[in-house]
Formats: sequence, structure tokens, C-alpha cells
Amino acid sequence: MKSLKIVARQTWQMIRAFSGDDAYERYLEHWHKYHASEGGQPLDCKTFFDTEQIRKWEGVRRCC
Amino acid sequence: MRKITASTKKIGLFGILAWIGVTILGASAIGAIALHRGETINSVWFIAAAVCVYAISYRFYSAFIATKVLMLDASRATPAERLNDNRDFVPTNKWIVFGHHFAAIAGPGPLIGPTLAVQFGYLPGTLWILVGAVLGGCVQDFVMLFFSTRRNGRSLGQMARDELGAVGGFAALAGVMVIMIILIAVLGLVVVNAMKHSPWATSTVAATIPIAILVGLYMRNIRPGRVVEGTLIGVALLLSAVVAGGWIDQHPDLRQWFDYGGSTLALMIIAYGFTAAVTPVWLLLAPRDYLSTFMKIGTMLMLAIAVIILRPEIKMPALTQFIDGTGPIFGGTLFPFVFITIACGAISGFHSLISSGTTPKLLSNEADARLIGYGAMMVESFVAIMAIIAATVLDPGVYFAINSPAGIVGKEATEAVATINSWGFPVTAVQMQQLATDMGETTLFARTGGAPSFAVGMASIFANAFGSSLMAMWYHFAIMFEALFILTTLDAGTRVGRFMLQDLLSNIYKPLGRTSWYPSVFLTSGIFVSAWGYFLYIGTLDPLGGINSLWPLFGIANQMLAAIALCVATTILIKSGKLRYAWITAIPLTWLIIITSSAAWEKLFSPELRIGFLSHAQDLSTKFAAGTLPPDMATIAQQLIFNDYLAAALTAFFLATTWILVLDTLRISYRIITGKPHPPLSEAPHEFSRRIENWTRN
Repeated sequence: MKSLKIVARQTWQMIRAFSGDDAYERYLEHWHKYHASEGGQPLDCKTFFDTEQIRKWEGVRRCC
Repeated sequence: MRKITASTKKIGLFGILAWIGVTILGASAIGAIALHRGETINSVWFIAAAVCVYAISYRFYSAFIATKVLMLDASRATPAERLNDNRDFVPTNKWIVFGHHFAAIAGPGPLIGPTLAVQFGYLPGTLWILVGAVLGGCVQDFVMLFFSTRRNGRSLGQMARDELGAVGGFAALAGVMVIMIILIAVLGLVVVNAMKHSPWATSTVAATIPIAILVGLYMRNIRPGRVVEGTLIGVALLLSAVVAGGWIDQHPDLRQWFDYGGSTLALMIIAYGFTAAVTPVWLLLAPRDYLSTFMKIGTMLMLAIAVIILRPEIKMPALTQFIDGTGPIFGGTLFPFVFITIACGAISGFHSLISSGTTPKLLSNEADARLIGYGAMMVESFVAIMAIIAATVLDPGVYFAINSPAGIVGKEATEAVATINSWGFPVTAVQMQQLATDMGETTLFARTGGAPSFAVGMASIFANAFGSSLMAMWYHFAIMFEALFILTTLDAGTRVGRFMLQDLLSNIYKPLGRTSWYPSVFLTSGIFVSAWGYFLYIGTLDPLGGINSLWPLFGIANQMLAAIALCVATTILIKSGKLRYAWITAIPLTWLIIITSSAAWEKLFSPELRIGFLSHAQDLSTKFAAGTLPPDMATIAQQLIFNDYLAAALTAFFLATTWILVLDTLRISYRIITGKPHPPLSEAPHEFSRRIENWTRN
């Protein structure tokens, strides 16, 4: 039962990582680790999501 | 630390016996497919042949390339590790990169090309998909991914400029632009042909737009960043839209609102493309892409499972008489046109744009390039094999009735059926009417472009596997699924085309390069949309169906881009002192040059009216001048003539670009071999990976 729970949690984490569902959490982690010392505030979730979407679709992302 | 590559492991006795077993099974399966001459053949042979070919070539050929030729080095820090900015450069789990890479490379191409190529019979397409993939496409994707990783994720265009010089860089850039225009036009045409006079299909496809917008608003404003939730809601709505489309189709008044001819639909798609290119990405493009990626991977998995459970019988003969070039779907002989028609699924130059630039910035370990580059293309090739199966489970008569344009077989059902019967493929008007009714359509004749026949094949496979009462639902589900990711490619392609154009025009007037300046956004989107819109609109007027001229043009362009990528790769191999291994890219390159050149030559100069653009234009002009054209043709004759000349000019451009680049590659290679000055290797210097350091310390 316990191992089933672990598998379910890992699968869920994999789905979140694959889809980018956890992108903001990863961003916050990165920000606190590397940029917190520079001062200022991290982006809020909505602004972060917006800028990421724009950045993502500036290049060739989909093929034939 | 893990092993540098799996191939460094020694194979034990058991392993040797197992691989001999796989080889024997694979050889028998290919033998069965190639030599079978009975009524039907089971599709399990196709799956066995494909899986064995992929397994052997991945285990041995890709391992050879990884260890002997490219010498992947797991101790070397990747750009993602060195330049990690948590934005572009992010070291990522290899299976997640694999998923992203596959989702990026696999579009509608591997479903459409193989469906069209089945007019030659099942055998040529199947063999080319397998051989072309493991020796060509997979190798191209793998080496481009590796070379770009060694160059901080530089794009194909940049690598061409660095390694070959300005000519190479320009050829790559121009090639990408023109391919994009032709690609979007032909994909738009495929969607139009699936929707014309089909209220069910049109209303379902139309519904994907508000659904995507709703999902976009959800992901941005209601629950920011929650893409899994948003996608699941969207998928539920899409499935409801398929059901709702059925009701609309039953309703005598409502169905009028969604019943349009090809040209009107083309204008709508053009208007949609322009709107999508100028609206913010979060509103339409991004959510549509989440939905389409989910549907794409889900449906492909479902199809693979259904095919494996059902093992349907293949009814198409191994070869048809149309290898002589008289095929109804597109004109042209087996050689070179089967290799042009099946681009994606065997080798696709477009992939080199994803393999360079995007994916390399995510690799956490250089050794993963083999799984991601070579492996993901194998999966795409398998998708193409499934498309072959879906097209060949149909009765050949039905397949030809759906895919042949009215200009070839005749407008009336009785006429079309008589023509197809005269080729030796039995089909009746009653049978076609029954099939159309089962699928919830008024007619399935002349639904060219491959998508509808793929949808009929898929619907019959799904209906057998998961319940036959829902045939019409499955058909429209398949149409919606194809349209969904075709429209994503259309949106994304238009946007990229717009950026490239803005970049180009900024050389003339600086502000035009600003991606958020509305006058420039409207101008460049307008230019790019008109370029593909023109080909799309003319395609709907063409009595031969448009696919006949546009698809080969797209195939030639796509294979030309692959040739550019392989030119770059071969040059880099020679520069790195690996001349004796340069054949791994030089052989597919040579083959591509042979097929693109001969196909382009035939498209230009063949006296056959359905192949040669010039002879077709001359024939039309003569008839137009003599007044012998039927009145409906006479009104559009001048447009068709102009279009023929335009297509001929494009073909000549492809041919010239390819040859200029090939000669340039030969020139540079000669200079390297003879020790004369040449552009230096642009590889980033070696730095040890911290992963290794951490491991050693532990």
C-alpha cells in the first residue's frame, strides 16, 4: 500500500514536471537559491506564467 | 555514475542468443510483408518488423554512432549545466526531455504522408519508413542534437553559418521560411478538405477555438500556472464538442450554420491564422498546444494498443499498378515520389530545427542525446507505420474513393465508382453511402488530403476495439484530433514565420523588428498569412485537389532542409577528423540529393500534365486560348496557370539552393582534407560536469 502511494506520488510529480505544472515552484526555488541575495521580489505566479508563455513561443516549438 | 552509454556493456551468451532471435523474427516479418501475395496480410507482421528493426538499429547502429563516431562524453558538462538560467537552459530528467522532444517533432506529417503514399501499395511506404528512419531520420536528429549540444544549443541556421559560411546560413534561413509557407498551406488544405460540407466536423473544429480560449483564461487568470487542471477541463470540453457536433448535424437549421464549401472554409482558416498570430500566446496558442499535445500522445497510445489487440487484416495489395506514375492521389512514379511523399516518419528536415536550438538546452547529460535524438524519431517512425496500417485496413476501393480528387475520378458517385472499379478495385456507390452514413457524413467521396481516410481507418479500428456503436463519434473524434494539432502547427508556424520576417525587415527599418510593436506585428503577420493563404486558397480551387501539387512541393522542401542539416553534419564530422566515419551522414545525404533533385526535375520538366508544372501551365494556356476549357475551368484558368509558374519557380529555388549548398559543402570538405584555410570548428571548450565531480567526492 505504501509503495503504491509512492508510485502514485512519483507519477503525479512526473506529470507535473512534464506538463510544466510545477514551473512556478521550480522558479521560486531557483530564485531563492540564486537571486534572493540580489534583493527585490520574485515575480508573482501570473506574471511568471505570462512571460514564460511568451518566451516559449518565440522559437520553433512545433514541427510537422 | 551511470555508464557512458549502454553499449559499453558486454553482451553475454544469453544476450547474443536473444539478439539472434530478434534478428530472425525481424527478417521473417519483413520477408512476410515483402513476399506475401495473398488476399490479405495481418498487421501483426508490420508491428513485428518495425519493432525488431528499431530494436536492432537502436542497440547496435546508434551505439556505434554514439561511441565510435560522436564519442558522447558523460563527463562533459552540457550547456544546460554550465549556463543553467532556469529559463532556456535547464538540466532536465531525460524522460521528460524525451517527451518534450517527441511532442515537438511529431506533427500531422507522419499521419498524412504515409496515407497518401499507400496509393503505391503497402510495401514501398513501409520499407522506406523503416529504412529511412533508422539510417536517415534518426541519425539526422541524433547528430544535430549532439552537435548543437556541443555548441551551446546553437540553431541549424547559426551552425550552417559558422561551419559552412554565409551561403550555408542563408540557404538554411531561406529554406525554413519557404518550407513554413508551403507546410502551413498544405496542412490548412487538409483541414479544409476534412471540413467541407460537413457540419459535424466544422462545428467540432470551430468549438476547439473557444475551448482553447477558455482554458487559456483558466490557466492565466483563474488558477495561474495550473496547466494539468486546465488541460483536463479542456479535454472534457473537446469530447463534449464531438458529441455536440453530432446534435448540430441532426438539427436542420443549426447545421446550415456550419455547412461551407472549400473556398469559404479556406478564407475562414486564413482569417483565423491572422487572428491567432496577433493575439497574445496565452489566450489561444499556448492552451491549444496543451490540449493538442495531450490528445496527440493519448490518441497515439490508444491507437497502438488497439492495433496490437486487434491485429487487423491489411487489405491493400503490396504493390498497385500506380507505381507507373498514373496514381490518382498524386502523379509520379514510385521513384522518386514515394520518398518525397513520406517525409516525416522517415526523415524530416524540420526536426533539425527542434534538435538544434530547443532540446539541447535541456540535456543534463550528453550521453542522453542517443535516447532522445535517435529514440524519439524511432517512435515517430512507428506512428507512421500505424498510419500505413490505418490506411490499408480499408478496402482498397474505399481508400481510393475517399482520397481521389473529383477531377480524376469524376464528380458523381456512379462515375467515381466506375473509374475506381476499372482500376480493379471493387467498390459500390451503395457501400460508400453506407460508410458515409456510418461515419455521420453525407459523402466521403473526394475527401482528399489523407486526414479523412486516416480518420475512417482509425474509427474502424477503435470501433472494433472499444465498441462499434460509436463509429460516427470515433470518426469525428479522429477529425477533431487531427485538426487540433494541425491548427496548432498553423498557429505556431505563422508566429515563427512572423518573427523571422520581422528579424529580416529590421535590417531595412529598425522598429519593424520589435515583436510587440503593433504596426509591425500586423504588417508581418499579414504578409506571412497572405503567403500561405494564397497557396491554400488556390489549392481549394484546383480541380485536381491541390494536394496533388502542394504535398510533393512540401516533401521536396522538407527533404531539402534535411539535406542542409546533413551537409552541416558531414562538414563537422570531417572537421573533427572523422572522415572515415563521415558516411553515416554522407550516405543519407547522397540519397536525399538524388531523390530531391530527380523529383524537382520531374515536377519542373515532366511532359506528364499531372507531374510537370510547366507542361500543365502550357496545356492550360493552349486550351484557354483555344476556348476548349469547360466554363467552370475557364474562370479560374489564369489563376491556375499563374500558380503553376509560381510552383515551378519555388521548385527551381529548392533545386538551386540544395545544389549550391552541396557544392559549398564539397568545397569546404576539400579544403579541410587538403589542409587549406577553412572556417574553424565552433565547438564550445570542454568542461567537466559537476555531476561527475559530485559523484567522485561521494
